[in-house]
Amino acid sequence: MKFTKLMTSLTAAALVLAMAGVSAQAADLRVGVEGAYPPFSWKESDGTLKGFDIEIAEAVCAELNRKCVLIEQDWDGMIPALLARKFDTIIASMSITEERKKRVDFSDKYYNTPAKFVAKKGSGLKITKEGLKGKRIGLQRGTTHQCFMEKMFPDVELVLYGSQDEVFQDLAIGRIDAQFSDSIAADDGFLKTDAGKDFEFTGGDQHDEACHGPGAGMAVRKADTALRDDLNKAIRALRENGTYQKINAKYFEFDIFGG
Amino acid sequence: MGDSIIQFLETWSPIDIVLIAQNFDRFLWGALTTLQLTAMSLIIGGLLAIPLAIIRAGNNPFLNAPVWAFTYLFRGTPLLVQTYLIYYGLGQFEWIRETFLWGPVLSQAWYCALIAFSLNTAAYSAELLRGSIVNTSQGEVEAAKACGFSNWMRLRRIILPSAFRRALPAYSNEVIFMLHGSVVASTITIQDLLGVGRWLNGRYYLAYEGFITAAVLYFIIVLLVSRGFRLWEKHWLAHLYPQEAVKTKPKKGLASFRI
Repeated sequence: MKFTKLMTSLTAAALVLAMAGVSAQAADLRVGVEGAYPPFSWKESDGTLKGFDIEIAEAVCAELNRKCVLIEQDWDGMIPALLARKFDTIIASMSITEERKKRVDFSDKYYNTPAKFVAKKGSGLKITKEGLKGKRIGLQRGTTHQCFMEKMFPDVELVLYGSQDEVFQDLAIGRIDAQFSDSIAADDGFLKTDAGKDFEFTGGDQHDEACHGPGAGMAVRKADTALRDDLNKAIRALRENGTYQKINAKYFEFDIFGG
Repeated sequence: MGDSIIQFLETWSPIDIVLIAQNFDRFLWGALTTLQLTAMSLIIGGLLAIPLAIIRAGNNPFLNAPVWAFTYLFRGTPLLVQTYLIYYGLGQFEWIRETFLWGPVLSQAWYCALIAFSLNTAAYSAELLRGSIVNTSQGEVEAAKACGFSNWMRLRRIILPSAFRRALPAYSNEVIFMLHGSVVASTITIQDLLGVGRWLNGRYYLAYEGFITAAVLYFIIVLLVSRGFRLWEKHWLAHLYPQEAVKTKPKKGLASFRI
């Protein structure tokens, strides 16, 4: 008898705890971030996450009065992890594209920067179908840049990497002829660093509407329309109250929100 | 008719079979790369393993110690780390990039993987074969001595053939482990079978389609390999299987004596 009583009270206690856990979790906003894409996101040696995306994520959470839980995720598995409910939104410089919209929903863009090629200084690389034919071009797997290259330059030998850091590493030691990525990521993550001092942008801005889309947005699961609307409100609020501009100024000399 | 089948699959199939079919040639090329890489590694690793195993089974401390260190190092560290050390690690040193080995070998991801895989499987196979050599029945060795076989002849004619036979079942496992381990190649930009799965995921954001196709093809390869080994074992280890009773037919001549 005593034992049953004990069990009942224990069960009740467990239930209360479990429910408390659930309600606390509902208030948290779990954000999927990458951490290998400077200056948008990177990891300090002590493990803390830094960067434009990270600060925007935290500003959005503050705007929504929700506690931010940043969850690191490799780029490849970003959308599957969102769909598997490992987190509720992706704030990781993910471009809004038609192909991705088949799987997830997006907020409005929160920035838009052009894509460019980077090659060795004086390489004389011509950004044309003939000029790039048979050249080894490195890029990050699963990005809009993969879509762009396969569509516009099918004769290129694409070398696909898991993270942007690895692309820069192999470009620096000459395993690839050029790399193709977001221009800001290439400038801050590579060209302005010591490893990138012998390299430069080659050719102008590259854009294909179907591949690159209108810019980077925050991804949510398709059913989460309420969260998507909240994120849109938060982005507008950050633009209006000057928080966005403050964060922007910490990382870039110009407004990366785009026209 | 064909269109209506496609229509049906697109509407009702839980996975995008049409997309898999459209890209199936890529998967077959990926499977070929996996097979090439695994087979070459096993050949090179196997050839290295034989002398290493003989040294490990012998009692020369000056030869034994470095080989012992080699096999422990390669069996004690993950294959992924070994591959990264060779691909990213060696490329970091400028003097290595200036040697003749850089251009044709070390700058190529394929050769980096081949080197890592060959050394890895050599370490495992050497220890496997060493165990088999050490366990050679003393009777066989003494019989060979009594017949006046020299050390070399004893090794070549008696010990090694018998050791190979006894090592075969365990070696088939090593072959399958190597095949599974070869997925590491996809992390250093090689488009092996898993690499194609990751490509599909990166391009269309469909994790299941790419990886299930890769998994099925890996499974088929492993099935064929293990079948092949069973046949080989039947051939090589025939003397260990229970013998079927020798069937005797009554001779015609004898039958004629019956009345």
